[in-house]
Amino acid sequence: MSVLAFVDTAEGKIKKGSLEALSYASQLAGVLNTRSEALVIGETQEDLTQLGKYGIAKVYHVQNAPSVFDSQLYTKIAADAVSAAGAKVLVFPGTSNGKALAPRLSAKLKAGMVSGVVQLPELNNGFAVKRSVFSGKAFSDVAILTDIKLIVLNPNAWPVSSGEGSAEVIAVQTAHASSALKLLNTSRTSGKVPLTEAEIVVSAGRGMKGPENWGIVEELADVLNAALACSRPVADAHWRPHNEHVGQTGIAIAPNLYIAIGISGAIQHLAGVNRSKTIVVINKDPEAPFFKAADYGIVGDAFEVVPKLTAALKKFKGLS
Amino acid sequence: MKILVCISRTPDTTTKIAFTENNTKFDTSGVQWIINPYDEWYALVRAIELKEADPSVVIHLITVGGQDTEAIIRKALALGGDEAIRVNAESHDSFFIASQIAAVARNGGYDLIFTGKETIDYNGAAVGGMVAELLDWPYINQATRFELKGNTAQITREMEGGAEEYEAPLPLVVSCQKGMAEQRIPNMKGIMSARTKPLKVIEPAAADVLTAVSRFDLPPPKAGVKLVAPDQVDELVRLLHEEAKVI
Repeated sequence: MSVLAFVDTAEGKIKKGSLEALSYASQLAGVLNTRSEALVIGETQEDLTQLGKYGIAKVYHVQNAPSVFDSQLYTKIAADAVSAAGAKVLVFPGTSNGKALAPRLSAKLKAGMVSGVVQLPELNNGFAVKRSVFSGKAFSDVAILTDIKLIVLNPNAWPVSSGEGSAEVIAVQTAHASSALKLLNTSRTSGKVPLTEAEIVVSAGRGMKGPENWGIVEELADVLNAALACSRPVADAHWRPHNEHVGQTGIAIAPNLYIAIGISGAIQHLAGVNRSKTIVVINKDPEAPFFKAADYGIVGDAFEVVPKLTAALKKFKGLS
Repeated sequence: MKILVCISRTPDTTTKIAFTENNTKFDTSGVQWIINPYDEWYALVRAIELKEADPSVVIHLITVGGQDTEAIIRKALALGGDEAIRVNAESHDSFFIASQIAAVARNGGYDLIFTGKETIDYNGAAVGGMVAELLDWPYINQATRFELKGNTAQITREMEGGAEEYEAPLPLVVSCQKGMAEQRIPNMKGIMSARTKPLKVIEPAAADVLTAVSRFDLPPPKAGVKLVAPDQVDELVRLLHEEAKVI
């Protein structure tokens, strides 16, 4: 038996969520007194022996699989790998591809799956996993009742831990090599940190009064190397693109630091950001509900406070 | 063209979350129920738009739940759709729900199944993928755009740091998120006609239960906000560096 982690890649590069899955799998394997292994599907330019740094003993690399992500095909490939590895626990990153693949594999193997997982399982009485529910407003312990168990991690919920080590890489050829899907186009928001992977997120709302005022928000984000986000009214008014909308019906994020500027903090917005480790709120309304959910706050005019904060951070980072 | 849209009932987005029976059950007292926003705003409305473009499109709605979910199904029918199916069962887990939907879809002659990206209560993002696997259909999740081109579909999905555009054959399962369509409000004609649209109740198919919820917990309360004066931004930088250790 082993713990097998699925390594999600984008254009052959390993995503941050995959490193979380590898780290989780190795920690869990330690507790279960077994080994952790990894599954990589499709071409990659990464040196897969390096996955040993995350505690992985063996990497199954399915080289001839199409690099277009096709959950139907990848499920067949992954099921073969699970049986070859004799894997009993499968760990998936909470990425888009992880969320497409895991439920399919769960249905194929008739194996219980839990998504949004935030901790290692409790093993005293069966196999129970703690997961985030109600859009981060609560947690739930879920027992997996089947022999094979699937875990999908919540993004940014499990720290990446690395050390020394080198993994054995096994090249695998699959018969499932042709996809019914055609990838027509791929676009990357180049040069920027993806919102769901960002350690720091700077977000702004209606308090900015209009899209022409986003310059000071962008400057703050630049100095922090942060991703940009916004509230729903801002995206709905087309001040900012929809892919920056965080909240209950937008993107849910869990960065180390979330800075909210001119956002009142409606419960729907909090549902998308309440897993952030530290929340800073800048708002001129002292009654803004967001202050109740914040760790640090400044009651003040964003147009004065934000440029000052940017300058202070530049000084702190030795940039000026 | 026949589309099956999966509808789930969720607590309103402003619901205060609480639990009963020694933290083993969600406290539904006083809860306002809504159609899961991803199911309504994106999956259902996109299906309705396809029907508006081509009136020969038939839309069926499906939900798994007890009789008390019928108010939500009627509300969905008021937005659009030709008829609804309710599988008369309390849902155990995602696999149970997916098994019910797959059982209906298997003999229903559907070309497309739309679901929301996830429900806003259990956030599992699991049912769409499981249905696709049970039917052995392709599956595209987190779609922000869906266009029919004859017997194929063009779909854009947004993901970490980018977007991908696919061409996929039908039949197909798609999970929908923001961008697919704009939120609508049902009109009076829709509300009136929803009362007489067929709502078929069927009994559940046998399905394995793979998981079981043992308890719920609320996160520990925040310690309270530490306020910094607007002219003391250096102090905020110090706190973020030394206390929170995030910069």
